[in-house]
Amino acid sequence: MATVLSMKEKTKEARKPRWSDLGLSSARLVDFYKRMLLIRRFEERAAQEYGKSKIGGFCHLYIGQEAVGVGAIEALREDDYIFSAYRDHGHALARGMDPKGIMAELFGKVTGCSKGMGGSMHMFDASKNFMGGYGIVGGHVPLAAGTAFGTKYLGKDSVTLCFFGEAAANQGVFHETLNLAALWKLPVVFVCENNRYGMGTAVERAHAVWDIYQKASAYDMARGWFDGMDVIESYRAVKEAVDRARTSSEPTMLEARTYRFRGHSMSDPIHGHYRTKEEVEEQKKSDPIPRFAEELLRGGILTQTAVDDMEAEIKAVVNEAVEFADQSPEPPAEFLHENVYV
Amino acid sequence: MAFLTYIEAISKGMWEEMERDSSVFLLGEDIGEFGGAFKATQGFLQHFGEDRVIDTVLAESAILGASVGAALAGMKPVAEMQFSDFVTCGFNQLVNNAATTHYRWNIPVPMVVRLPSGAGIHGGPFHSRNPEAWFFHQPGLKIVVPSTPYDAKGLIKAAIRDPNPVLYFEHKRLYRHVKGEVPDDDYVVEIGKADVKREGTDISVITYGGTTHQTLEAAELLRQENDMSVEVLDLRSLVPLDKDAILSSVRKTGKVLIVHEDNLTGGIGAEVAALIAEFAFQNLDAPIKRLAALDTPTPYSPTSEEFFLPNKEKIVNALKELARY
Ligand SMILES: Cc1ncc(C[n+]2csc(CCOP(=O)(O)OP(=O)(O)O)c2C)c(N)n1
Ligand SMILES: [Mg+2]
Repeated sequence: MATVLSMKEKTKEARKPRWSDLGLSSARLVDFYKRMLLIRRFEERAAQEYGKSKIGGFCHLYIGQEAVGVGAIEALREDDYIFSAYRDHGHALARGMDPKGIMAELFGKVTGCSKGMGGSMHMFDASKNFMGGYGIVGGHVPLAAGTAFGTKYLGKDSVTLCFFGEAAANQGVFHETLNLAALWKLPVVFVCENNRYGMGTAVERAHAVWDIYQKASAYDMARGWFDGMDVIESYRAVKEAVDRARTSSEPTMLEARTYRFRGHSMSDPIHGHYRTKEEVEEQKKSDPIPRFAEELLRGGILTQTAVDDMEAEIKAVVNEAVEFADQSPEPPAEFLHENVYV
Repeated sequence: MAFLTYIEAISKGMWEEMERDSSVFLLGEDIGEFGGAFKATQGFLQHFGEDRVIDTVLAESAILGASVGAALAGMKPVAEMQFSDFVTCGFNQLVNNAATTHYRWNIPVPMVVRLPSGAGIHGGPFHSRNPEAWFFHQPGLKIVVPSTPYDAKGLIKAAIRDPNPVLYFEHKRLYRHVKGEVPDDDYVVEIGKADVKREGTDISVITYGGTTHQTLEAAELLRQENDMSVEVLDLRSLVPLDKDAILSSVRKTGKVLIVHEDNLTGGIGAEVAALIAEFAFQNLDAPIKRLAALDTPTPYSPTSEEFFLPNKEKIVNALKELARY
């Protein structure tokens, strides 16, 4: 029988924050915000350092997409595995990797998380089960099926989370992997970050099916999409998928609808023939960071003073990372041969 | 006559061939609206339209396989790999389908694959490769590696007209750093012909692509400082390989250094060295010497990358050593 709520109960129900069913403490929510802010400020600084030629090569910023990485990674346990592509600084920071090691990697220093051998696209930290960082689009997706297979085989209940862009879902290997994951019932969650463009090519010009998550329907896999500009929605969707993977060893394919505010890489313009300035400005209105801050401020979970303190704290962390990277030594010449074989 | 950069010369060659032959079309990732990652096809979409300048999906295997198919149907596809590193994702289509079709069925596969390659731009392990040796080993594919704007235009035109699948390796570092005279007229550079880029009598250097320029600089420096006469042979084509040019240069000088930017082991230099040992052994006054990148992945760190790659100083030292022998 349906419960009849009194007027008073109804108002109470309606006032409940939208995350009330997720069991997230206020401290956790503040932490979500703080991580997104760290990623944003870290990358803004990285862009400046790139401009000063302290960072070279190809450098892809995550700015605009922070809510996806933070919400998704917050849904994991420490023993779960993560794979990322080349837009990986945000994922690495969300996983709690040391900003100093990430900045030093960008600077090509021996203290970098890949000893300066990889650069921007090759973040890695075995101690955090952060399995990289890959520059070949789509190439890392089957590796995630591999760790999921491995943990299942070994009787562990770890889950693997794999990030990739929507253009990567056009590679054959993506489909090979989804089929395999569904067939073998692997505990893996695929998170496709659909930021609407693969470099300069819009989704509509590159995909026969625009709902990217529906590609998983061919493999009868659990699937869905969420608002990737909303850290709570990101957490909610990924948590549900991770729980399913952990308890019943079933894969899920999720599509995060998001947007990149910067150019494809540091060497590309923010807009060009492929998208207009107006479009970018319009999208910035749903910037996940101020959007979440406002909500937390309104709900009394965060105060303006706390926000200001956080900015100062993060600024210091980023400064420290840059100083560390700048002062670290270059990899020594002999180092090159050292790690080719075990 | 125009004074063009290396990349402008490639664009010019493609443009002319597209004007000349309506069966020529371009396909690749971001080559249309974006103008190509390196802007080699900027303005092509606007001029030739989207039927002939095709932005593909991100799927190298499909791009290369569809090119084979289009070639079988009488088209002349020019496919761009955004970086040569990404050809790994379409390997099967080249080494099995493109390379063996004429052998098996006697029908040509007139396709070109453009492969921006090479290190020195801090691209790290997945954006710096020189993967020519993988394909060099596979019969059925032609391979060209221009080093100058003149050769770049002449070879892209020859590649497009060739009835075989041709892999066209273009060095990223040369794109805007190398300029030269390029005739406006409709010339081609014959595939399979090496070119003596500098005449000399003391030592031969056999090289191609990016290292050609470092070798020429080294040769000039050694002339000025040591009065050494170094001959520089630019292979230009790896398949077919110009054996006559290699052997005649070695027979003239008696000493040879082989330089390439790809890593040493199993590289093109190994084959060239074997040829010389087999056919010009009697003419050698010193052991054959090779200089190449180290046998490791390409490091990102600029200082490590410098250590990893061959460069002018290393070529100078190798030549001095050979001279002393
Ligand atoms: C196999 C391969 N092909 C092409 C590229 C060049 N490339 C790098 S990123 C990119 C676009 C990828 O778009 P998407 O997967 O949507 O990720 P996003 O950049 O939007 O995060 C392209 C074409 C590459 N790195 N690897
Ligand atoms: Mg994208």
